[in-house]
Amino acid sequence: MLYLQILLNGLMLGGLYACIAVGFSLVWGVLNVINILHGSFVVLGSYIAYFAYVHLGIHPFFSIVLSGGALFALGYAVQAGLINRVVGAPVLTTLVLTFGLDLLLNNSMLLAFSADYRTVRLENPFGSLVVANLVVPLNRLYAMLLAVVLTGLLYVVLMRSRIGRAIVAVRMDPEAAALMGVNVKRIFALTFGIGALMAGGAGSLLSLIFPISPLASTDFLGIAFVVCVLGGLGSIAGAMVGGLALGVIQSFGALFIGPEHGLTIAFVLLIILLIFKPTGLMGRRGYE
Amino acid sequence: MTRIIPIVVVIAVALVACLPLLGDNYLLRLGTMFAMYAVLALSWNIIGGFAGYPSFATAAFFGLGAYTGAILQGAGIPMIVAWTGACVMALVFAVLLGMAILHLKGHYFAIASLVVAEVLLEIATSWTGLTGGGMGLNLPVLQISIEAQARLFFYAMLTIAVLALLMNWLVSRGKVGFALRCIRQNEDASSMVGIDTTFYKVTGFGLSAILVGGAGAIYASWVFYIEPADVFSVLLSVKPIVMAMLGGAGTVLGPVVGALVFIVMEELVWRNFLSFHAAVLGLLIVGLIFFLPNGILGLVRRRRAAGLKPEEEGAA
Amino acid sequence: MSLLTLENVSRSFGGLNALDAVDMQVSPGEIVGLIGPNGAGKTTLVNVVTGALRPSAGDIRFEGRSIAGKKPHQIGRMGIARTYQVVQPFPEMTVLENVMAPATFAARAEDMRTARLKSMEALEFVGLAGSAGTIAAELTLAGRKRLELAKSLAMNPRVLLLDEVNAGLNTAEIDGALTLIRRIADNGVTVIIIEHLMKVVMTLCSRLVVLHHGAKIAEGTPDEVSRDPHVIEAYLGTRYSRNLGAREAAHD
Repeated sequence: MLYLQILLNGLMLGGLYACIAVGFSLVWGVLNVINILHGSFVVLGSYIAYFAYVHLGIHPFFSIVLSGGALFALGYAVQAGLINRVVGAPVLTTLVLTFGLDLLLNNSMLLAFSADYRTVRLENPFGSLVVANLVVPLNRLYAMLLAVVLTGLLYVVLMRSRIGRAIVAVRMDPEAAALMGVNVKRIFALTFGIGALMAGGAGSLLSLIFPISPLASTDFLGIAFVVCVLGGLGSIAGAMVGGLALGVIQSFGALFIGPEHGLTIAFVLLIILLIFKPTGLMGRRGYE
Repeated sequence: MTRIIPIVVVIAVALVACLPLLGDNYLLRLGTMFAMYAVLALSWNIIGGFAGYPSFATAAFFGLGAYTGAILQGAGIPMIVAWTGACVMALVFAVLLGMAILHLKGHYFAIASLVVAEVLLEIATSWTGLTGGGMGLNLPVLQISIEAQARLFFYAMLTIAVLALLMNWLVSRGKVGFALRCIRQNEDASSMVGIDTTFYKVTGFGLSAILVGGAGAIYASWVFYIEPADVFSVLLSVKPIVMAMLGGAGTVLGPVVGALVFIVMEELVWRNFLSFHAAVLGLLIVGLIFFLPNGILGLVRRRRAAGLKPEEEGAA
Repeated sequence: MSLLTLENVSRSFGGLNALDAVDMQVSPGEIVGLIGPNGAGKTTLVNVVTGALRPSAGDIRFEGRSIAGKKPHQIGRMGIARTYQVVQPFPEMTVLENVMAPATFAARAEDMRTARLKSMEALEFVGLAGSAGTIAAELTLAGRKRLELAKSLAMNPRVLLLDEVNAGLNTAEIDGALTLIRRIADNGVTVIIIEHLMKVVMTLCSRLVVLHHGAKIAEGTPDEVSRDPHVIEAYLGTRYSRNLGAREAAHD
């Protein structure tokens, strides 16, 4: 029974992890850029949800629209104004650039919101569902379900919409896409914006579950790294599988090794995977 | 021109070595930091500049060296021996790690090297019995005057900085540097022209670690107290990259120039904008990427190349 | 006595056989042409021989010793060199430095001076000595092809595999390249050449090997091979081969 409970906890966590990572994976896959800013984007999303709830009374489930919209605009601007200029440059250039931007954003949040941990305390907490001795905290369950819906929505957009098809085409072969009349730079900016949107949405959902602080951004970034390597790069299904796998592994790791080592377990797993199976669990070949 | 440069470098080193004569402890501390940054940037330059592998492992080597030195000194081993031990430890670790992760390319290598420092940080935090855990570790205090200590650690740091510079110079002129430059430009073609890419990459990675380990140990002795978050900080991996790029990655003198410019800017920022120094560092990075993509030396060289081109062609 | 022997060599990519049980022998001093339609497995064969790819099955022997599964740099040092279909210079280095790399590492020159001398020799041989100081990326395509050749010569090869060295060159440049290849062979280097231009293959090669869908379908002198109905069919398709047959009949 205990194991079943842990598995359940892991799956609920994993759905959120997938939502954190899917935007990061999209940007990495399409632009071949590792967006170090991603963790701070998630945190910014959480702050937007927090302030929307405290000042405007908007429930975090609904402020997804606000946080997603704001981060889309920010992401689009960052890509169109800055990263697009170095998008073909060596890996080190884009890595260092996004790292620098992250220092800027994270430090600004630290100044604006301080390092204190904040939490969204709902007036009407969801409570928990108890089914056959299994405890299901409803905030986690709903957040996870919404995360899955959000991820599914992204999938539909990529598969069905014109913009989505253009993004996929650019991922496959930017030169061919350009020849077919796709404005690659604009697609890059849209993709980065959508990646940030997903981070913001995930941030809103997480605001109900994790304490909010700029210091948490590295944890989210680390999670995104691990999920991408676990699930393989650039596919939404991969991010979903990687997220769920990481959630379950961390939950069991917390049981056997200790909850404070959650991210370390993930990192050790990441290194082992990179050494022995850099293509990810799904065997999908990543960029390079 | 090329004959003048070594002379200028020797004079510059000699001048820096005279810094203690000024008797200003603040300047001496700054000088020691500069030497330390130069060691880190020059070391990163071997794997990151010559071979073009985006390594974020500097913090791992530094922290490992700091803890090795601290633990050895705590066990009563003489300081110099402890520092040497830290170098050996960093080298062995880098060679083993290199054999495991140097088959990765691009982002995958960057992430693997970045995460290694995080894992070491966790280990250092958790292994309380050996490292003192998150509370940190105190080192034995030297029984000499504070001025003498400042001079001692300044000269120790400066010595390995000079060693790092020599190492870069030798590598750039020798087979190792040639092989690494080939690998950076085209790794597949490199193995086709007979370069044992694995051997040279692991060698380069080892060289980029050995003196960083020493710098970590000297740093630990210098500040008497280390804690995991301090010596395994990701900034210790990023700053050397920024310095090397600032001066000109893949050149011998670029990382030193970068370290000098960086320490001056950092000091100005620290003094004037303490609460948002990270943001200013971020701005510096963004500016660097857009306005100085080839570094300061790259700028100088391009200007010189433009002036020299006809003459060179005439000679050939 | 065969210098290079392929025995039953296969290479598959996820179920697709790029090379299917190929047998091949090359004697010292030969110029062997390796031909076949696009996707026949020619470049895969070069990759397998030079160690860029591991054969899935079969054995490759060079001077009697098995080299299957060895690393590219080991095979290069033993005396097997190649050029790439898409030229692979070290773009930021000078032409001379590009050639010094194989001279230093594959041919293991004692020091940089020797490497430089040997590299200049190779550059003179291919007629590129005048551009020794040029940055490789600034060469014309014909120049880069020559550089590629000089690089492989600086390895002191016993066997040289040329993967479409003439692709993209104009007629005058091709004539120059042919003269070069002949002179290389005259110096005792065994040459295996992948080529699409029939004129080149016919005049240059003493023997041809024809691949189709990864399998060897014919082997012999250029004359024999060009009359082989399997080859004509593989190359030109059934319809074209029928037309060709009709035209030859008209000529007779």
